[in-house]
Amino acid sequence: MDFYYGMAQIVGVHTLLGLSAYIVLLTGQVSLAQAGFFAIGAYAAGMLTVLAGWHLVPALGVGGLAGAVTACAVGFPALRVKGLMLVIATLAFGEGVRIFFFNFDYQIARGDITIGPLGGEGFRQIRFFPENGWTTAEVMFFIWVFVIIVMLVLWWFDRSRYGAVLRAVGEDEVAAQSVGINLTAVKVSSMTIGGAIAGLGGGLYAHYTTHIEHSSFNVLVATFAIAYPIVGGLSNVLGTLLAVIFVQVFLVEGLRFLGDWRNLLFGALIVLAMNLRPHGLLDAPALARVRRLFGKDRGA
Amino acid sequence: MLELQQASRHFGGVRAVDALDLKVAESEIVGLIGPNGSGKSTTVNLVTGLFPPTSGRILYRGQDLAGVPVHRRLGLGIARTFQNIRLFGHLTVWQNLWVAQNSPEDRARKGFFPRWLGGSAGVRGEIGELLEFAGLAHKQDELAANLAFGEQRRLEVARALATRPKLLLLDEPAAGMNAEEIGQLRERILKLRGRGVTILLVEHVMELVMGVTDRIAVLNFGQKIAEGAPAAIQADPAVRKAYLGGAA
Repeated sequence: MDFYYGMAQIVGVHTLLGLSAYIVLLTGQVSLAQAGFFAIGAYAAGMLTVLAGWHLVPALGVGGLAGAVTACAVGFPALRVKGLMLVIATLAFGEGVRIFFFNFDYQIARGDITIGPLGGEGFRQIRFFPENGWTTAEVMFFIWVFVIIVMLVLWWFDRSRYGAVLRAVGEDEVAAQSVGINLTAVKVSSMTIGGAIAGLGGGLYAHYTTHIEHSSFNVLVATFAIAYPIVGGLSNVLGTLLAVIFVQVFLVEGLRFLGDWRNLLFGALIVLAMNLRPHGLLDAPALARVRRLFGKDRGA
Repeated sequence: MLELQQASRHFGGVRAVDALDLKVAESEIVGLIGPNGSGKSTTVNLVTGLFPPTSGRILYRGQDLAGVPVHRRLGLGIARTFQNIRLFGHLTVWQNLWVAQNSPEDRARKGFFPRWLGGSAGVRGEIGELLEFAGLAHKQDELAANLAFGEQRRLEVARALATRPKLLLLDEPAAGMNAEEIGQLRERILKLRGRGVTILLVEHVMELVMGVTDRIAVLNFGQKIAEGAPAAIQADPAVRKAYLGGAA
């Protein structure tokens, strides 16, 4: 059973990672910086519980805040550029963060051993869960409480004027400006919210794996972050969750029996999925069908 | 209300707008006509701030607009429509109007509540009124991309109105419309004047321009070649020459 709980933990954390990119993608920005915010949240929360002895919940709060603050700071200069330039700028930031943690030592002695981040060796012994006797199931539920809260918040945004403004900017920047929308404010705010979600997800990630290092936050992670919402479709937050399940459960776990050939098929299946469902696994018509199924035939 | 002083916009060697002087008085309807490529849309883009003038000044209620970003000009009361329709196609008709409520009066309203909560009586009432005005009340939950062409044009005007403009720049609102639709558009424009909105109308359709405007300015190759009452413009030999070519 623990295997499935572990699976659900991975799905939960990756959903947060995907949702952090989802809200940024709504404004039409492709950000490869999400792995960087994820890393900052992971290290910040991990150091607070391990080195400062904090409880996990406030540490996660600080992790999310750290992600938000850096995202806001990155947002202002980065969002002056568009399209491919933005991809490169955010990629550079993400790699910068990774290299920083590759070189980051902050160890303190605790009895005979030293603990804390140690450069390329990584940050080991983030043992809040085992030390406090949490079971795998409890950890899973804990993670999913945050996933559900974040999904509800984003679902709420999607129905508010703010959500409509995000999508308006994503669709046509010139028209959005011309009806009085402040592009910078909208883009930076979506980046900041995305950074907070990534930081929170990073904090959770650090604690369930108990060991993080620079390579846990490489370009591949950044690519996954934007791939989830794109594969899942941008019409609804549930699309991102569906894509995470598709990738992590079906492709990564389900194809394990193929050994090294898995990665080849993995790429091919994503290409196939995007060809069959160009607007995402959960696009607007699919959503409408689901709504009818539940007898709710009116759009939100 | 609006005053262009020697405003120019050059793109490389092309003088899209060249030393244009133009005044629009409060609650006036001014027409801006001219052959294709004569600088009409460029003039609209200069006033709304999509790009700055190469030289010259643009004053709005005595204030120089240089350096005022596009979205702030909206706050001052300058709104526009686009020649090639630019709606938010994946948003509903209702949402298209909702996101446009950015005037200082609307700013204070809560943006984070869903439609059924944040749509306070005031917001609902105003959007409802705009939908009535545009004749789109029955289509409010339709995606903008699914509307017919004429409906999209009407929604664009309604979306511009949702920003509570004092000066409205209409960039070829009648393009592609049939005679009946043009008649309705004309009534809508006159209704707007009744509400105290000043209008700069860029248009090719002469029956509309001649019918609603108080004054017309004619552009050709970026320069103003004539200005005056509609009747005088119709009789002006320089205008006839610009439109028909050769000797008038």
